[in-house]
Amino acid sequence: MLIFEISAKGRRNHLQAPRLAPAATDIPAHLLRHKAPLFPEVSELQVVRHYTQLSRKNFSIDTQFYPLGSCTMKYNPRGVHQLASLEGFLQHHPLTPASHSQGYLQSAYELQQILSHITGLSAVSLTPMAGAQGEFAGVAMIRAYHLSRGDTARTEFLVPDAAHGTNPATAVMCGFRIKEIPTDKHGDVDLDALRAAVGPHTAGIMLTNPSTLGVFERRISEIAKIIHAAGGLLYYDGANLNAILGKCRPGDMGFDVMHINLHKTFATPHGGGGPGSGPVAANDRLKPFLPTPIVGYDGKQYRWLTTKDCPQSIGRLSAFMGNAGIILRANIYARLLGREGLCRVSEYATLNANYLMARLQQAGFTLAFPDRRASHEFIITFKKEAKTLGVSAKDIAKRLLDYGVHAPTTYFPLLVPECFLIEPTETESKEELDNFINILITILKEAKDSPDLVKQAPHNLPVRRLDDLKAAKELDLTWRE
Amino acid sequence: MPFIPHTEDDVKTMLKTIGVKSTDDLFDEIPSNLRINDLNALDVGLNEMAMGRDMKDRAARDGGLACFLGAGAYEHHIPAAVWQITGRGEFLTAYTPYQAEASQGTLQLLYEYQTMMAHLMGLEVSNASLYDGASALAEAVLMAVRTNTAAKESRILIAGNLHPHYRQTIEALVRPQGILLETLPYNDKTGCLETQLPKIENGDIVAVVIAQPNFFGGIEEVDAITDWAHQHQALVIAVVNPIAMALLKEPGAWGQRGADIVCGEGQPLGIPLASGGPYFGFLCTKMDYVRQMPGRLIGRTVDQDGKPGFSLTLQAREQHIRRAKATSNICTNQGLAVTAATIYMSLLGASGLSDVAKASHANSKTLCAALTAIPGIRLRFNSPYFHEFVIECPCTADVLIQALLKKNILAGLDLSVLSPELDHCLLICVTETKTADDINAYVNAFLHALQNITSISTTVED
Repeated sequence: MLIFEISAKGRRNHLQAPRLAPAATDIPAHLLRHKAPLFPEVSELQVVRHYTQLSRKNFSIDTQFYPLGSCTMKYNPRGVHQLASLEGFLQHHPLTPASHSQGYLQSAYELQQILSHITGLSAVSLTPMAGAQGEFAGVAMIRAYHLSRGDTARTEFLVPDAAHGTNPATAVMCGFRIKEIPTDKHGDVDLDALRAAVGPHTAGIMLTNPSTLGVFERRISEIAKIIHAAGGLLYYDGANLNAILGKCRPGDMGFDVMHINLHKTFATPHGGGGPGSGPVAANDRLKPFLPTPIVGYDGKQYRWLTTKDCPQSIGRLSAFMGNAGIILRANIYARLLGREGLCRVSEYATLNANYLMARLQQAGFTLAFPDRRASHEFIITFKKEAKTLGVSAKDIAKRLLDYGVHAPTTYFPLLVPECFLIEPTETESKEELDNFINILITILKEAKDSPDLVKQAPHNLPVRRLDDLKAAKELDLTWRE
Repeated sequence: MPFIPHTEDDVKTMLKTIGVKSTDDLFDEIPSNLRINDLNALDVGLNEMAMGRDMKDRAARDGGLACFLGAGAYEHHIPAAVWQITGRGEFLTAYTPYQAEASQGTLQLLYEYQTMMAHLMGLEVSNASLYDGASALAEAVLMAVRTNTAAKESRILIAGNLHPHYRQTIEALVRPQGILLETLPYNDKTGCLETQLPKIENGDIVAVVIAQPNFFGGIEEVDAITDWAHQHQALVIAVVNPIAMALLKEPGAWGQRGADIVCGEGQPLGIPLASGGPYFGFLCTKMDYVRQMPGRLIGRTVDQDGKPGFSLTLQAREQHIRRAKATSNICTNQGLAVTAATIYMSLLGASGLSDVAKASHANSKTLCAALTAIPGIRLRFNSPYFHEFVIECPCTADVLIQALLKKNILAGLDLSVLSPELDHCLLICVTETKTADDINAYVNAFLHALQNITSISTTVED
């Protein structure tokens, strides 16, 4: 039932708005609205009940194991949420003078320092509002750097074929052409192909390390050397930073600029598809181009640095200063964990991934890279099962939902057929992992004994498989009376 | 260990299963010259209690001001139910609804959001949100360039009275694609766009960007501008305040054919000011242009038993499918803020939203009348306005802002941010949250500040 279908004409909820507001007689009639928008007319209880019931149709970290690869669905601490939601923070207008914004500014400044240290890069701007906007900022900074040197020939960006879809889409938004670099059979970047691809047109490369294949790019220093020698720069996609916190740093690997997904590594809630936050960090070479505003500190007062302070900046990416509430949460999370706790994150995320990988291999599942160590995530492929049993990765994913587990990322990265990208995160217990393994074993058995049970899954959810073709062909995007 | 459930026994068993001696061995593929051993430059961790004291202290330093500042972020009453429901773990800690069957809650809510937003704007389609108002406008500009393929050049005409931060954001986000941004001037007396619109050739311009209300709070003659743009084969991009749309003519009804793309900041719909985010950007358009839209779209369909359900649709526009050929690089959007906005709109209904708009308008008229009755204070622009207006003062706006801050009043925005010659101008916003007492307190503090300033300048002159 839609909220519009429980609506009744004339039902009003007077508590939420001033009553008897006077008409706006000074505004000319032809500029006024004459037809009220079609909103539901419902009571407060009806609203509360409707959306509470809807919430119960969702899987979430709070209710289910959610091993969605490359998304780092770890526990979002309640204390962090509560402290970032204090009244003083919530009622604070973004354009309040700095004298009355020191609490927020200090928190943002501290996070800049923490991120700089963790990444091994010298400066940070917190303004990008999600990973993809952080990518945009980084690639636009590389573009601005080349142009500032009068180097206009660099029109190409290199992107490995295993990259997130946002990488090529971002480089195109920044006006570049894409050259795809293949992956070798061990999951590393094909160095010969890379050497052949670089040249005077190379603006840079976008890399994730550990890559989306769940393995560490071992020859990263050599890659950096090849790119830098050709005059290009290196962009680090921070989606997998959870794997290396306190173990190694993108700045040391030779990266010039990167983004960090606070909604992954720093445990801020994903909110059903956002908000995220994608701060961008840069080395000395690219620091002048960071997006504004940035928080500065003179030893006494925190204040916003704008394009007046940073004349080479690529500029502003949002009306104010990014997703401030998420930045606060990341600050609180990082300072709760502290230096030991942050190092433990990557240790236990990696332990959980390698344990799961080892147990699944023992149970007969096919690993995409059996001779490699898992990072914080790894890939299994159902290519064999698809062929012999006619059961696809999608079928198994849907059956997992029946067992109350969110499916891992499916069919990504694109170069491994029928794959699951599995990321358990550090906040899951061994019991939860064992339970997941047992469920997968059960499903594989079902796939052999009664394949239709798996192919027709899910059976126990609010809806069964949806007709996506109909959704796209007979577009129904808004309810009409 | 904070947020890590492993016991020592667990770790031993797990390492044994993997076949390594220590967790350190799990990082043996990282070249040793790249390894670091600690993060000891950072502080040790705090517990929740200590952190609570620290953050309460910081929050107290930032709070407690009576807010008369708008300029793109607006304080409105947020019903208790909005964030009580939005904060449920099932909304808060889910991710993008890729597994539709396990995300029907979020998906149905987004479909309801799309419906309400499209109806509020008088258009056929809304997406499921973008980051914020300014970046949504940049996406709208890129969408217009993709849509209006008849235009000879990628030229966009932008209202000169658009929020300056929006202008800066578009510059940063669309400049790399070689799009030309030009300014449509506003009239110095009205603050609104010139009624004498410039001469342009047909097909010279991709789109015209109009703000309703404009940055000064003024209400534009949208019908005439829309028809003029359409006569020259330019699309109309409207940047609007969603609360104002409960009172002012909806963009779908502007002129003969209505605005083509409508975007703006969704924050007024139940999202707290919160230092500038997370907010959300909305984007609505006509059905004909839906395939050029950026961002997620939710469609209603049926499951294999014929039961209604919801799923992400037209994904072939998006980066995870189309990669380099996507309409945008956007992936994560602002789902949670949209959840709050949907609950807010449901609680208020059309009449409630209209009451909020009318009360904000009436309150701003009251304060404006009281201030402009003070000798030496005048209304800077003589056009009708929604809930923000500009006054010109005998001193710089900054002096007044500092004086009122001492009385815990956030007086407004110093318009020298827009241009140095507007440094005596103060942009003031009043919403439905302000009572007659609040407005009186502002006027008294303002009078007091003015008297001080006048007496100081008199002393100096003596």
